[in-house]
Amino acid sequence: MIERPMSENRGAVVMDEPERTREGSSDAGVAPEAGADAVLQESAKLAEVTRERRRQVKKDADAETVFELKDVAVTYGGSYAVQGVSMSIRKNEITALIGPSGCGKTTVLRCLNRTNDLIQGAKVHGQVLYHDIDLYGPKVEPVEVRRRIGMVFQKPNPFPKSIYDNVAFGPRVGGFKGNMDELVERSLRRAALWDEVKRDLKASAMALSGGQQQRLCIARCIAVEPDVILMDEPCSALDPVSTLRIEELMDELVSEYTIIIVTHNMQQAARVSDRTGFFTVAEGQDEKDHRIGILVEYDLTPTVFTNPSDPRTEAYVTGRFG
Amino acid sequence: MAAVTTERPVSRPLQGLESGRRRYREKIIVGSLFLCAALSIVLTVGIVLALLIPSLEFFGQVSPVEFFTGTEWAPLFKNSQFGVLPLLGGTLVVTLIAAAICLPLGLLAAIYLSEYAARRTRSFVKPILEILAGIPTVVYGFFALTFITPLLRENWLFGTPPGVFNALSAGLVMGIMILPTVASISEDAMYAVPQSLRAGAAALGATKYEISTRVVVPAGLSGIIAAFVLGISRAVGETMIVLIAAGGMPNLTFNPVEAMQTMTAFIGAAGLGDQATGSIGYKTIFAVGISLFVMTLIMNIISIRLVRKYREVYD
Ligand SMILES: Nc1ncnc2c1ncn2[C@@H]1O[C@H](COP(=O)(O)OP(=O)(O)O)[C@@H](O)[C@H]1O
Ligand SMILES: [Mg+2]
Repeated sequence: MIERPMSENRGAVVMDEPERTREGSSDAGVAPEAGADAVLQESAKLAEVTRERRRQVKKDADAETVFELKDVAVTYGGSYAVQGVSMSIRKNEITALIGPSGCGKTTVLRCLNRTNDLIQGAKVHGQVLYHDIDLYGPKVEPVEVRRRIGMVFQKPNPFPKSIYDNVAFGPRVGGFKGNMDELVERSLRRAALWDEVKRDLKASAMALSGGQQQRLCIARCIAVEPDVILMDEPCSALDPVSTLRIEELMDELVSEYTIIIVTHNMQQAARVSDRTGFFTVAEGQDEKDHRIGILVEYDLTPTVFTNPSDPRTEAYVTGRFG
Repeated sequence: MAAVTTERPVSRPLQGLESGRRRYREKIIVGSLFLCAALSIVLTVGIVLALLIPSLEFFGQVSPVEFFTGTEWAPLFKNSQFGVLPLLGGTLVVTLIAAAICLPLGLLAAIYLSEYAARRTRSFVKPILEILAGIPTVVYGFFALTFITPLLRENWLFGTPPGVFNALSAGLVMGIMILPTVASISEDAMYAVPQSLRAGAAALGATKYEISTRVVVPAGLSGIIAAFVLGISRAVGETMIVLIAAGGMPNLTFNPVEAMQTMTAFIGAAGLGDQATGSIGYKTIFAVGISLFVMTLIMNIISIRLVRKYREVYD
């Protein structure tokens, strides 16, 4: 489970963002070729329209809270990786967690479906409430938590099995009794992969392209019909076109699911998310060399990007991060 | 590499470029590596020929039909019989018993070590397994004869108890002997399965048991099959244990409590006695030897096929 910090450059798409964001990004994307660029911009604009509409609706309805983090901290082998994280995550919204490498974004994400339990030496402090239930309460079964809160990883990690078996894996271990063929088809359709793979579902998932593999992982995740989908830099290993497809997909999925996405690509956060949490690393006071991740600012995405209240956020989103 | 230099302006004196010392040394290295590779091939061909020639002479005197279908094996008697089936049957029975012990136990041990054991337990147990795999087989043979056989004879519950020499005891101990190898190699295959697959399965709500049996074992299957086949090949080729504990009687039966002789045990026993070079008894050893060789060769080919077929490539 060791996360290697990975450059996001390949995944970034340059699009019409507010000027300051684009020029300022430390990890500015590699522009796709001229032809693809126009297509990308066109579809990105279309996506932007639907997003705006959705946001408008969202502001009126006071969305229900899915996660309530109260002063969450995580230690690995006793030393703090991240500290003092308090935030509430709303239903049917896309929440983005951004910040430089090593600031604890993945760590916080793993708190939300108890995958930190799988890491030796990791310990979660504070309180994580999921629909008002303490996720780390004594009676909570981590396996059940993970069935409700799915996760898509940074590097596509399909099982070395057929496409069909990948999607059917979760339902099978979950004791699904219904029509598996239907469920597999529905999940692949919702992940916008069906048309590309329907001819040969028995083919190995390992033969798919990186972007297809990541969509397969999303299909696999929604096949267990979770309540929340956690995504840890899902596009960092993908090309711009695949990245855009995943972003469009998130946009469709958010009407049914709550999505939390970690990214260190700021354009992506600005494009897809409703709310953004900015993390950074603060020099620890207790030890000399020890750096601890903290949540600096958490607000509506437009606010974080255009009118941040903390100078560190502003420095980061405008690229003056030192 | 050398051709590039002509295109560019030469900054250093030309003599330096022309020096042949480097390439000369390179040639010597390549040459000696080739010799090593060639030597192993020549040796293999030599061994096969050394097996093949006396065997062909043998089959000139004894018909292959009699050899492969006959049910009596008494090649060294006056009234000689050359049916190899009793030896083949003995090999099969002992190997099956060994496999029945070492395959399930080896797989379970490997799953435990790779998926459940704490890192400290693993780093402690793995070297012990490897030491166990290095115990000389003659020790296992006497362990079978002086410990397992009496244990079986004294605590036998159904029917006739095993004889002093019996296939069961030899097979059980052979299974124990192979167990560390099977467990250790299967464990390597499972341990090599990327952590990201386990995390992916866990995130879908799989329990540890489901992750082990439905993700890790299938993903490591080619290595596990390789471990099994290696184990069984060792069982088929193992000589000392059967020579000591299974008795020396060719016996076409599937009753494991009886004494039997395996192909290897015959070779071992007959090879110890003085067979005049060129005699039929001498050639018999090679005929049995080449049969054994073909058997293990077929097993290895099958295993390579299986490994390719079940190979689940990750990355
Ligand atoms: N499995 C782990 N074991 C020990 N330390 C870890 C582990 N995962 C992350 N960390 C530490 O926690 C800190 C935050 O890491 P991470 O959450 O991966 O950051 P991000 O995802 O923002 O790049 C880093 O200092 C990292 O070294
Ligand atoms: Mg990370």
